[in-house]
Amino acid sequence: MDSEWKRFRDSPNSEELTRRSSFPDEVLERVLSLLNSHKDRSSVSLVCKDWYNAERWSRTHVFIGNCYSVSPEIVARRFPNIRSVTLKGKPRFSDFNLVPENWGADIHAWLVVFVVKYPFLEELRLKRMVISDESLEFLSVSFPNFKSLSLLSCDGFSTNGLAAIATHCKNLTELDIQENGIDDRGGSWLSCFPESFTSLEVLNFANLASDVNFDVLERLVSRCKSLRVLKVNQSISLEQLQRLLAHAPQLTELGTGSFSQQLTSHQDEELKTAFSNCKNIHTLSGLWDVKAIYLPTLYPACANLTFLNLSYAALQGGELAKLLVHCPQLRRLWVLDTVEDKGLEAVGLNCPLLEELRVFPIDPYGEEIAHEVTEAGFIAVSNGCRRLHYVLYFCRQMTNAAVETVVRNCPNFTHFRLCIMIPGRPDYTTNEPMDEAFGAVVKTCTKLQRLSVSGLLTDLTFEYIGKYAKNLETLSVAFAGSSDWGMQCVLEGCPKLRKLEIRDCPFGNKALLSGLEKYESMRSLWMSACNLTLNGCRALAREMPRLNVEVMKEDGSDESHADKVYVYRTVAGPRRDAPPSVLTL
Amino acid sequence: MEMERSVSYESDLNFKATELRLGLPGSDETEKQSTPCVRGHKRASSEISEESKGSSKVTDTAPPPAKAHIVGWPPVRSYRKNCFQKNEGEGVGKFVKVSMDGAPYLRKIDLGVYRSYSELLKALENMFKLTIGAYSEREGYHGSEYAPTYEDKDGDWMLVGDVPWEMFISSCKKLRIMKGSEARGLGCSA
Repeated sequence: MDSEWKRFRDSPNSEELTRRSSFPDEVLERVLSLLNSHKDRSSVSLVCKDWYNAERWSRTHVFIGNCYSVSPEIVARRFPNIRSVTLKGKPRFSDFNLVPENWGADIHAWLVVFVVKYPFLEELRLKRMVISDESLEFLSVSFPNFKSLSLLSCDGFSTNGLAAIATHCKNLTELDIQENGIDDRGGSWLSCFPESFTSLEVLNFANLASDVNFDVLERLVSRCKSLRVLKVNQSISLEQLQRLLAHAPQLTELGTGSFSQQLTSHQDEELKTAFSNCKNIHTLSGLWDVKAIYLPTLYPACANLTFLNLSYAALQGGELAKLLVHCPQLRRLWVLDTVEDKGLEAVGLNCPLLEELRVFPIDPYGEEIAHEVTEAGFIAVSNGCRRLHYVLYFCRQMTNAAVETVVRNCPNFTHFRLCIMIPGRPDYTTNEPMDEAFGAVVKTCTKLQRLSVSGLLTDLTFEYIGKYAKNLETLSVAFAGSSDWGMQCVLEGCPKLRKLEIRDCPFGNKALLSGLEKYESMRSLWMSACNLTLNGCRALAREMPRLNVEVMKEDGSDESHADKVYVYRTVAGPRRDAPPSVLTL
Repeated sequence: MEMERSVSYESDLNFKATELRLGLPGSDETEKQSTPCVRGHKRASSEISEESKGSSKVTDTAPPPAKAHIVGWPPVRSYRKNCFQKNEGEGVGKFVKVSMDGAPYLRKIDLGVYRSYSELLKALENMFKLTIGAYSEREGYHGSEYAPTYEDKDGDWMLVGDVPWEMFISSCKKLRIMKGSEARGLGCSA
């Protein structure tokens, strides 16, 4: 970003180009203000000095993929007119408890700068950041125009922080609280929205456990006439859902509460009517504790459904099949593996337009394996859904032949995330490694951007990846590979690689150092439980001063062993908020 | 306390082996551990991969021993993992007292053993040798001399059957089978 601009400014040709640019600044800024994609804006800013300046003045939304790659001061200096900030913090493996609790990514330092530089800030979207109740309160009172808060996979706060937002943000349009490590102290936060408050458009509290006051919710929904997204939590019953829908037939996205109350036939009819009045619903989720006999009440709302998220609804295959018949427009489907191969066959038969499928495990530890999907289900989906380009598939068994068939049917994969849950599991029919499976994926799917590999894999898999995956940006590896050579192949072969995360692989210092030149063009590298030593990491840090090389030590491990290593490019220098267990080399 | 590594990779202190319990040896059920924590997991993992690579006898489809808890594996977000562990294995050991009006002593049952109201009511009918009958939303257990009630988290006495099963399981603190006119009073629509 900044370093590229500096290189350009100092090059001999920039002067010439600047003279030739004859648009008045206002026109240029106006034109550029129509650009939304941050990638496009990055390209625009590299054209010449005038364009760089016009772009920076016209930018209103900034996306920061790694909060430590830049400082809030640097951001504020470059972009004076920001209204919306998206920030991502911790490495992705923190979702799986691999990052120490107090690692960092606290938003407060950013808010302190924003209150001075961006007093009219409207939107904050955080992923894997730490945000305290104090910060939420500070946010709610310091930014009078604040409209939109989205927290995904964050932690450090409680429902008290939400209460502050509800109390003070008079112009709030969006409150989206998803899958966070939140300290749930009760549902009274919802009652903090004043009776005069009517601006809400998006409300998502699906992942909060506590009961909320239903009367308060009902009044809120009925007076917020622009409400288009409503995702309630498990405490809301079917009867209550019907009343909410009656107030908000304009909804486009609905997350139901519990779907299992015993209804009288009259209530059943009322619910069906409520759903049939919702003509605009394109996204449906929730369905906690679903009892399949109530699914028919949904059917009237399914005609235009494009995204169905059943990942918290333990449906059986046959039940899913009956539902899917009514969802001909489906593009995205998330399910639990309780649907088994039978359910996936139904997907293949009923969803010809499907582009994305995610199958989550209901029982990841596999202690009572009553349900699972296998390679047969995967093939069945690929047979019927030729437009599939995004898959996340958790299973316990897979074969090379099955994956080869799947990618032959669906060569357009951009995201292929296969998780064979038993580490190091070979092809269960041939006992061979799963190398050929992933080889087929990278050879066939030339548009592949994201890949997660699993099962028993040798260096051959990584040779294939390095040789064929020319558009790959994100790679996740676990319990795989035979030697340093594997990792080297990837580092040398994938020109667009941005994020590499590795755990429990036999890659050591040699592999790490083979990527010296590479890491500055990447967002980050994570390596845990590999064969890295402190010396190897120090060598990397020494050679590449614009990288932060962080080592997290485990208690009781070998002194020289680098248990967890996180490497990322930055223009902000080493961070000052690292806890004692994190060494920045 | 030394524990065997053998094929499973637990490194928690094996309290189960030394626990005093009534019951035949070997009659325990597998417990769900909601906090996976294997120290030195790197070693554990190389054990796994060596085993799968070297072994040529992995021809059956049986997964490795159930308790192979590797930190952060499979890669499922904590929120999602906790969601289903709450609903599924919850109630392993969820014992509640059951009192019956007129009976000299109380009983205890494990709510986690039952999957639905009908199973629970059948068990209560068996235990106390009585008939409770069917639930209806309007009239409770009309027609029976007995009404099953429970004390919830807020300390209120509720009629069994009104709320979804999972909600009942998580809020029920104790059960009381009411008898006679008191029971009929509960059964009437208020």
